[in-house]
Amino acid sequence: MENIAHNFPFVASALLLGVAFYIVIFRKNLIKLIMGIAMMASGVNLFIVALGYRTGGNAPIYTDVPPGPMVLSVPQALTLTSIVINVAVLALMLTMVIHTYRNTGDIDSEKSRKLKG
Amino acid sequence: MLSKIVRTVANQLMLFILIFGLYIIAHGHLTPGGGFQGGAVVVSGVVMLLVAFNSKELKKSLRERLLSIMESTGALIFIALAFAGLGTVFFYNFLVGSPIFGHIPTPGPNPGDFWTGGFIPLMNFAVGLKVIAGLSAVVLAIALFARGEEMEE
Amino acid sequence: MRRAIGLFLWLVLVASLVSGMLLIHPFGDPSPTDMDDYIIENAQNQTGSNSVVASVVFDYRGLDTLGEATILFTAVTGVLLLLRTQKRKEEGS
Repeated sequence: MENIAHNFPFVASALLLGVAFYIVIFRKNLIKLIMGIAMMASGVNLFIVALGYRTGGNAPIYTDVPPGPMVLSVPQALTLTSIVINVAVLALMLTMVIHTYRNTGDIDSEKSRKLKG
Repeated sequence: MLSKIVRTVANQLMLFILIFGLYIIAHGHLTPGGGFQGGAVVVSGVVMLLVAFNSKELKKSLRERLLSIMESTGALIFIALAFAGLGTVFFYNFLVGSPIFGHIPTPGPNPGDFWTGGFIPLMNFAVGLKVIAGLSAVVLAIALFARGEEMEE
Repeated sequence: MRRAIGLFLWLVLVASLVSGMLLIHPFGDPSPTDMDDYIIENAQNQTGSNSVVASVVFDYRGLDTLGEATILFTAVTGVLLLLRTQKRKEEGS
């Protein structure tokens, strides 16, 4: 049990991913699906940044840094790329939902299944 | 279109938001920040203008041709800087040691010198231009489509 | 019935994720850090910038940033392509 308290940032990101999976599997409204996918992205970004932490470390920037060890710098660069890609995919998904609403009049994912001409 | 007080304050605040965003883009090699973060700050200022004015009013100032030229210029500067070091390897930092941006900082903690960094400030500028033009075009297109019009060709 | 099976599988997924998080290295003590130590030592000499994160994004791992700029460009083009209204003219399609 004390292992959970020591590794708590990892467990928190796993719980975020769990709630996001529940939304994506069990909800039918398209806007709620998009919110679930965004929450999944937040969980993954938190996990990547938390992997590179050193106890008592400072930010890896040499301008006026106090003395001590620095945290790892490569996970922060990967998280930057991940955030930008998630914004791009989210914009495309919202455009698809706008088109579905305009052509079908309904944002239920069960009713707008068939692609009609 | 909201009331006159909101429109005037949004006009005055846009200048400060623009300067803050350009400061974050320009000092990307000294402080936390860089091209993507500064571009997001300026785009949030454009969204504030979109809320205060109509999207029809904003279409007169931000034409599609200007945004398209800005985004393509940013991408081309990025690729040109990547190809310019092809003598050694692709993406080589060829400006370290040359008189343009080529000082080497003193090792260890130091107050930052602006003229360091190689080609990193130029790449920050190119990526910032691309993000500003691209994301404000997306936001404007969604706002205009919800109203029934399109961005003018 | 289907909903019960779905809920059970979701519980199995969350339990496996949480129990997998307890088997990674303890928080605050990453074990193999040779690449990051090399980058933190030599980023000021080789790149010439004070910020190690900026030099990793644009110099040591610049190809990832090139791919990301391409994705941003493609997504903006796709959104602007999909949001055009059709004006039907008189002489047919």
